[in-house]
Amino acid sequence: MQPDLLLIAIILTALFASPLPLLLQRFGRKFASFGAAGVMAACLALLAPLVPAAMDGVTLVAGFAWLPDWGLAFSLRLDGLGLMFSLLILGIGLLVVLYAHYYLPETDRLGRFFFLLLLFMAAMLGVVLSENLLLLVVFWEITSLSSFLLIAYKRSQHESRLAARIAFAVTGGGGLALLAGVLLLGHIAGSFELTQVLAAGERIRAHDLYAPMLILILLGVFTKSAQFPFHFWLPQAMAAPTPVSAYLHSATMVKAGVFLLARLHPALAGSELWFWLVSGTGAVTLVYAAYIAFYRYDLKGLLAYSTISHLGLITLLFGLDTPLSVVAGVFHIINHAIFKASLFMAAGIVDHECGTRDMRRVNGLFKFMPVTATLAIVAAGSMAGVPLLNGFLSKEMFFAETVGHPVFNEINWLLPAFATLAGILAVAYSARFIHDVFFNGDPIDLPRQPHEPPRWMRAPVEVLVVLCLLVGIFPQWSIAPILHVAATAVLQHELPPFHLAIWHGFNAPFMMSLVALGGGIALYAMRHPLYAFYGRLPSIHASIVFERFHNGLAEFSAVLVKRLDNASLQRYLALFFAFVLALGYWAWFSAPASAQPAMTQPADAASAVALLMLALAASGVVVLHRQRLTAIVFASVIGLIVALIFVRFSAPDLALTQLAVEVVTIVLLLLALYYLPPAAPAEDSMPRIARDAALAIAAGAGLGATAYVMLTSPFDTISGFYLAQSVPGGGGSNAVNVILVDFRGFDTLGEITVLAMVGLAAHALLDKLILNAPTVDGEGRRWSAERHPLFLQMLMRPLLPLALMVSVFIFLRGHNLPGGGFVAGLVTGVALILQYLASGIGFASARLPQRLPLFLAAGLAAAAGVGAAAWAFGFPFLTTAHCHVTLPLLGDIELASAMIFDLGVYLVVVSVVLMVLAELGKLSAQEGVKN
Amino acid sequence: MEALLATAIAILTACGIFLMLRPRTFSLVLGLTLLSYAVNLFLFASGRLRMDAPPLIREGAAYTDPLPQALVLTAIVIGFGMTAYLVMLALRALSESGDDSVDAKEKT
Repeated sequence: MQPDLLLIAIILTALFASPLPLLLQRFGRKFASFGAAGVMAACLALLAPLVPAAMDGVTLVAGFAWLPDWGLAFSLRLDGLGLMFSLLILGIGLLVVLYAHYYLPETDRLGRFFFLLLLFMAAMLGVVLSENLLLLVVFWEITSLSSFLLIAYKRSQHESRLAARIAFAVTGGGGLALLAGVLLLGHIAGSFELTQVLAAGERIRAHDLYAPMLILILLGVFTKSAQFPFHFWLPQAMAAPTPVSAYLHSATMVKAGVFLLARLHPALAGSELWFWLVSGTGAVTLVYAAYIAFYRYDLKGLLAYSTISHLGLITLLFGLDTPLSVVAGVFHIINHAIFKASLFMAAGIVDHECGTRDMRRVNGLFKFMPVTATLAIVAAGSMAGVPLLNGFLSKEMFFAETVGHPVFNEINWLLPAFATLAGILAVAYSARFIHDVFFNGDPIDLPRQPHEPPRWMRAPVEVLVVLCLLVGIFPQWSIAPILHVAATAVLQHELPPFHLAIWHGFNAPFMMSLVALGGGIALYAMRHPLYAFYGRLPSIHASIVFERFHNGLAEFSAVLVKRLDNASLQRYLALFFAFVLALGYWAWFSAPASAQPAMTQPADAASAVALLMLALAASGVVVLHRQRLTAIVFASVIGLIVALIFVRFSAPDLALTQLAVEVVTIVLLLLALYYLPPAAPAEDSMPRIARDAALAIAAGAGLGATAYVMLTSPFDTISGFYLAQSVPGGGGSNAVNVILVDFRGFDTLGEITVLAMVGLAAHALLDKLILNAPTVDGEGRRWSAERHPLFLQMLMRPLLPLALMVSVFIFLRGHNLPGGGFVAGLVTGVALILQYLASGIGFASARLPQRLPLFLAAGLAAAAGVGAAAWAFGFPFLTTAHCHVTLPLLGDIELASAMIFDLGVYLVVVSVVLMVLAELGKLSAQEGVKN
Repeated sequence: MEALLATAIAILTACGIFLMLRPRTFSLVLGLTLLSYAVNLFLFASGRLRMDAPPLIREGAAYTDPLPQALVLTAIVIGFGMTAYLVMLALRALSESGDDSVDAKEKT
């Protein structure tokens, strides 16, 4: 397979195969584990053919466009740095799967766990292999999300959920900052593709927006990599199962932050701001977290703070910004991942076998589990920086870089002293880890009798510890090639010569190591007074602070909502209209005045009379709106005048539709009025009426003025195409209908879908509704006992076939003359509703199809189906065809596939009208039965 | 002529909004109906006012703009759907709360 396809396949395999364990868990938890391992192995297998080229320093870029307008492409990049990280992610991932299989309880079927773990792995691979920065942010967010779900894996525990929330609030918030920063970076560099961004370093650093952009990106980095003061989420995240801590919260996810420092190094580093922000944050984190780690008695807590400290070290190395400090940073990423993952696994074994990980109780385990103890001691030695182990090498490089750093020329002892202090603390907490857990007397009151873990649970630790030794003893042979190519990829230029060796002679770094070792052990020896001192300090729990802050915010919003939301529609509407008015008037007065003279047509007497009637009717509705029946009559007058306006101004289709809708609406309102009180009390205060009137008049004046300006300004239309193509392209001479069913058929499909929803809502809202049917009308008279006047019945029955024939006629001619599915559907609906009204629900229901939703579905299916049929002929959705046929009696008829679409419209309209009105009518029928 | 239609739109809008701000569901429905008329006319007006020029294709005829008409046609039908939905909500609210007020009452 081609390299670029392989690269894409790695990410897609990881993403889409992640649910595999969920599917496999039904066969047993072993299958889920094998599924997870299989996916990781498959990714490794896909990566393998790409390794040689990447090791030669070739950068592979591959991908495809995604949202090109936004600069987002699914483009990936494999270079030395990406390769190193991918190998870490997949390699440690495989070990974690094996470990988790034994660590998690037998009752856990593991499907969900491994699904989340694989999802995380896929996202993490995405982060390290992204070429497009926006894509990187997308994957970055998925790592935050999957981390959230994994921390809260024991979802019944409040502590886990709280920890997950804290972690997500911090890393998710940082992710948003990162997104903003990346958008700025893309803006500055002119592209989101790394290749371009990395090459534009000079331009980026000189840009005005460099400082805000850098700060935003660093916020993302520091939250993800748990740098002070955002570090507090990581110790909380130890509520996650230990395999998650080992994988996400030490080896991989928290490295995403420092990965980004490395990735963007050529683009962002090299400025004063970078130096002070990055190295300053790193240095503070390094020492502060190491200091806290020394005092943790929870095994995982100690490791968590140690992780924060080591991340601070890596950040500091990238901040120091010399070529060799960058090499040391990359090197320490690898080393830390290896020894810290093994330490977490060892801590998990201790927890698993002892039932607790409290170092005040867990003592003297060397007797019970000598093999695990030896492994953990070696790994802890690496953490402390003991010679012959990998941690020693990168720490030596760190020490070497602090000596004589150019920025601190004046006070050249400061940085080395600081580094040594950090070293002392690291040795001290490592010593505590070794001595407290494995020696220091006997265990105190353990829930379980500790012993060695199962053979295969220990295997991952063994592998990692062997790696610690291999790298520590034979660095030049084992790690140098990948380190070289990764560091070259970070710096984007050739590295200065450096030599990985255990022995560089009696130089300053070696002396610093010796001081650190000696000082650390001395510090540990004085631990008792120190612990006592620390115990007296007031303790701040990040989780409590966070909870308080979180609850405060929630309370604030609750108060705010209560203030704004008084459950009054009147108030909402008034606020809404006022807001829209303000916007409208603002737009009106800020628009430039038009220089065009107004173009008007002379008014005539008939139009003036119509307007007068409309005004009278409208004010009638307003004045008499509490006498509801009268108000309906006035409203129907308005509807008729609107229909006349349509007739006057060349819109016969609209007039027909308006008339038909008017009839249906009036029937609907009358039906509603049967249940609603026929009159409303006068309950509005005068100020409120004045306020509403002011709002209404302002809105009316605004819309009227806008309409006037629009009507009298020059006219330019996009409809030339529709008119020109109506006959040749759409096969119909009624341009309005052709637009509806052909040119803009997709809109119409959406609209009849909305209508269909109304029909279904009628079904849902009114079904089983109980309303008290009034027995008297508004003036206290009994309703007529004769429910269905004979005269009306007899008149309506012969009318039905006539009305149906009219609607068929309107439907058929619709493509060429005013008419069509909407109007025909309304006419049919009215004709059928008249039968309900005249003869009663029982009579009509017995003769009409009961399953109206089926007709609704058939209508939608016809409209969508005829659209989809175009696919079969290789045309886009809703492409139409038409032809001429000659039928007996009717003569030459032009048939268009759009007519089937129109038939769908017709069916939907008829069903909706019937569903709404019949459901309302049925209410009365039920009541009638009850009475 | 334009001024007349603009006035009609203004009147319908004002009456519609005033009714929508009343405290009873039925007034709200009426108000929405009036406002729909106004909005439909406004949309229709975006194609300008032309007499004797229906968009029916025939020899040598003048046509008004068919696009706003197509938009308004569906808007009229959708407007009916909305009115119907609102009426049903009003009835549902009547059955749940026992009156036709638009504002939620504190449960007592």
